[in-house]
Amino acid sequence: MDFSFLFNNFIELTVTGLVLGSVYALIALGYTLVYGVLQLINFAHADVFMWGTFAVAWVFILTGANGSGTLLQALPYLLLALVVSASVSGGLAMLVERVAYRRLVRKRALSYIILISAIGASFVLSETMGIRDRIVEAIDGAVNAILGIFGGHVDLVGILSDYTARARGITTLPMTIKPETILTIGNFNFRNTDLTIILAALIMMVALDQFIRRTRLGREIRAVAQDPEAAALMGSNSTSVISKTFLIGGIMAGVAAVLYQIKVGSTAFDIGVVLGIKAFTAAVLGGIGNLRGALLGGLLLGITENYGSALFGTQWKDVVAFALLVLILLVRPTGLLGQTLGRARA
Amino acid sequence: MTTSSRVATFFGNVGDWISDRLEPVGAVARKRPVKIPLIIVGVLLVYALPIVNPPLITTPNSDFPNVLFTVTVYAIVAVGLNIVTGYAGLLDLGYVGFYATGAYVVGLLTAYHAAWPFLLVLPVAMLVTLVTGVLLGAPTLRVRGDYLAIVTMGFGELIRITIRNTEWLGGTAGIKAIPSPQSIGAPDGLFQIPHLHWEGLNPLIDLDRSTKFLVFGVLDATPYFWLALTALIIVILIERLVKNSRVGRMWEATREDEDAAEIMGVPTFKFKLLAFASGAFIGGLAGALFAAKSGYINPISFPANLSILFVAAVVIGGSGNRWGAIIGAVIVAYLPERFRELEDWRLLFFGAALVIIVSFRPQGLFPAYNSRRARRAARQAARDAREEAPVV
Repeated sequence: MDFSFLFNNFIELTVTGLVLGSVYALIALGYTLVYGVLQLINFAHADVFMWGTFAVAWVFILTGANGSGTLLQALPYLLLALVVSASVSGGLAMLVERVAYRRLVRKRALSYIILISAIGASFVLSETMGIRDRIVEAIDGAVNAILGIFGGHVDLVGILSDYTARARGITTLPMTIKPETILTIGNFNFRNTDLTIILAALIMMVALDQFIRRTRLGREIRAVAQDPEAAALMGSNSTSVISKTFLIGGIMAGVAAVLYQIKVGSTAFDIGVVLGIKAFTAAVLGGIGNLRGALLGGLLLGITENYGSALFGTQWKDVVAFALLVLILLVRPTGLLGQTLGRARA
Repeated sequence: MTTSSRVATFFGNVGDWISDRLEPVGAVARKRPVKIPLIIVGVLLVYALPIVNPPLITTPNSDFPNVLFTVTVYAIVAVGLNIVTGYAGLLDLGYVGFYATGAYVVGLLTAYHAAWPFLLVLPVAMLVTLVTGVLLGAPTLRVRGDYLAIVTMGFGELIRITIRNTEWLGGTAGIKAIPSPQSIGAPDGLFQIPHLHWEGLNPLIDLDRSTKFLVFGVLDATPYFWLALTALIIVILIERLVKNSRVGRMWEATREDEDAAEIMGVPTFKFKLLAFASGAFIGGLAGALFAAKSGYINPISFPANLSILFVAAVVIGGSGNRWGAIIGAVIVAYLPERFRELEDWRLLFFGAALVIIVSFRPQGLFPAYNSRRARRAARQAARDAREEAPVV
């Protein structure tokens, strides 16, 4: 129990906690949106996010981004990465819905059966990334077998070696933005990376909130969350609305992936397990099915985790989130704000 | 009620309970006298597997007795998890935590902090795991459905992280040099059984490989397989009795409709906790066997993925059907060893198999045998639905 460390670095811990929390909150949106319309936990969502982080990594490898730029120099790279990772995550999220959910939801299967199907999808996503070197080898063998008939040859393994390196290890990247102090208040320095992440996350959150409140699709999503039958009678196609809900969640995960890369700068095929539990905790903390709750929950969780690791040591960091989750579920199962997507005010 | 009458009632209840438990055994013997010898022959064949080393089944790329041991441990895990998930309907994604607890109690008491003999530690390990199950279950089993799945998953990770960060539990380095169980008739055993070796379809006696009865050594996994198989059989026998008793019916009621069960007077929370604790107890047994066999454990041996693999075994086999769960465990543990070249693809195939099987057969490959009552209720419900359907 190291109280002095906590007190001396209180502001810094709070800011870095908010940075972590912003990423959690963006991932939590995916859980919350899907839970709102289907009352199901999208177990594969964290792996969709993991694919987003790899999309960012590969864009950086492809474009040769290096980590010595200022924010302005890095911006084109970041925007390109954002577009790519949002497309990858959004597309995968829709695919997961199509393959693992749609059939079972239509059959009105028990929720735990659907959860198991989602777990299967999550495994497929994470393992595909985890053995990407093997998969490339297999494809290479097949392609060359066909090309061999015509006397051609292509070295896919060699071409893709940058992308398949250390498939089961950690892929590290150059930091895109060089962290530097841009603002000093009292004796604490705010770094440009941290401020970028918090701001970007807030902008995305507000944009999504307004989107759900004001657009036609947003209204449809709320309607399906409230009462699928009635929404169908009013002419909304619930299948496509659900699919688009997954897409929006996936896009948010793609944005979160870029921010995660700015902050962490490394990724691995199995980061989904712990991040998934944490983002889900954030969603439950704020009230699952509640967009603003996801923001509140994410930020709270990030800060709590930072204070917790300052007190008990970083190796206990993950335990803080689990303990918090159990506490919330026991004391206030509907979360802090406890509204659902359907009851959100228009 | 005075104390003495309470004691008398209690013993009366215990007597009734025991006679109730023994009743089905007698019924089977009366109804199907042929069945019991058949079962015994089948069990003996399974015991003989590592000796016979049958072609096609045997694993060319890895030690066959060792594979059999792993398969049996997974089968024990599946029987335990099937109680929690299949009978009581609680999706537990942190079962590896109990497996780890059992393994670590053996590691701590036989090697790290004390030097107790294995057979003394085994019941202690199971009891400690049982207590862990109660401690984790008591606060969380009020939570329902999907939330419970996530919370249990968190607990599995919690146990692993705690072990990793605590020096007293071995820390990141783990526990080395866990002694083997006590051998009988050491050093050469009471007698020796040579293995068979197949040239095509001709069995030859392989004098280079013989199992010393009963020496728990490092080289030969056969005695460990016999130990695990014996444990599995005992677990199945006890589990059958419980499943066919009032307790099993309470679990079924809780699984099918918790609110209705509660209204009919089933103390659902108590029975959910009982299922959770029983599952933990069996998981601890499996973990203890694993630790005694491998001689070395560390936190990396118990990842969250293993929990999912266990659940996959139960669900693929058929949740709520013990034989289905065991077959699922055999599939999960045996196939990757038989086809070693697919090792890397294993988890990917599992994920895909889960999605496909659940989509097309939500009940698993071998669906649970519904009780006559449940089938009758389902037929009645279908009839009611037909009668209520509007005439078009």
